[in-house]
Amino acid sequence: MKIAEIAKLLDAEILTGEELLDMDILTACSGDMMSDVLAFPKEHMVLLTGLMNPQVMRTCDMLDVRCVVFVRGKKPNEDILELARDYEIAVMTTDCGLYVASGVLYTNGLHARTKGL
Amino acid sequence: MAVLKEVFPVAAEDFVSAGEASAQIKRLLKKLGVDGGVVRRISIASYEAEINLVIHSLGGQMELQVDEKEIVLIVSDVGPGIPNIELAMSEGYSTASDDVRMMGFGAGMGLSNMARNSDEFNIESREGSGTTIRMTFLLS
Repeated sequence: MKIAEIAKLLDAEILTGEELLDMDILTACSGDMMSDVLAFPKEHMVLLTGLMNPQVMRTCDMLDVRCVVFVRGKKPNEDILELARDYEIAVMTTDCGLYVASGVLYTNGLHARTKGL
Repeated sequence: MAVLKEVFPVAAEDFVSAGEASAQIKRLLKKLGVDGGVVRRISIASYEAEINLVIHSLGGQMELQVDEKEIVLIVSDVGPGIPNIELAMSEGYSTASDDVRMMGFGAGMGLSNMARNSDEFNIESREGSGTTIRMTFLLS
């Protein structure tokens, strides 16, 4: 699934990384605990989270995650977006909650590919 | 004989900068042409270690050593030390504060995740003097 399709399905606003919209995403991870995200990494993963701090971007950088969806209409500040630009991560925000956003992507074919996600 | 040796200091409680050293290490290893999968394992382990230094230690450093056969990451701090390493290694155990959990960390997965991502993992700690973790990542 392309990042552009994720944005469309979640009716999300792209905040940065429009040049990455054509990138393929194979799986997703949803959660606010970066400790857990670090423990179950997969390639070509999108992260859905309600956590709002620079460590979200740093965690994604370590895991080569190239797309982050902030849920519940949360918008990161400029410092966080600057990090995202540095790390070449697409960032979007959706009004959906974490549960609904995850469900929408899952039912549209973006399945978790390993236990724990 | 080390091809490269570099030390990255990590300040206690500096949560805003936490991860900068690991980001530098990652870019350095990519520049050296290290295999992507190995870089990712080292990145995860170093980031977990760095977060632990920021959250739990009184300050410390990460030393990266690279040679033709392996990459070694030595993480050391000046205290306060871990009273029970076996307990600290068990998944889900954490002494992190609620504030740290609000930041998305402190799930009690850090040390075990470091061990999982490294080929050799060794931890030594003494209460009052500090903790040293040595992780080795094989290149072949």
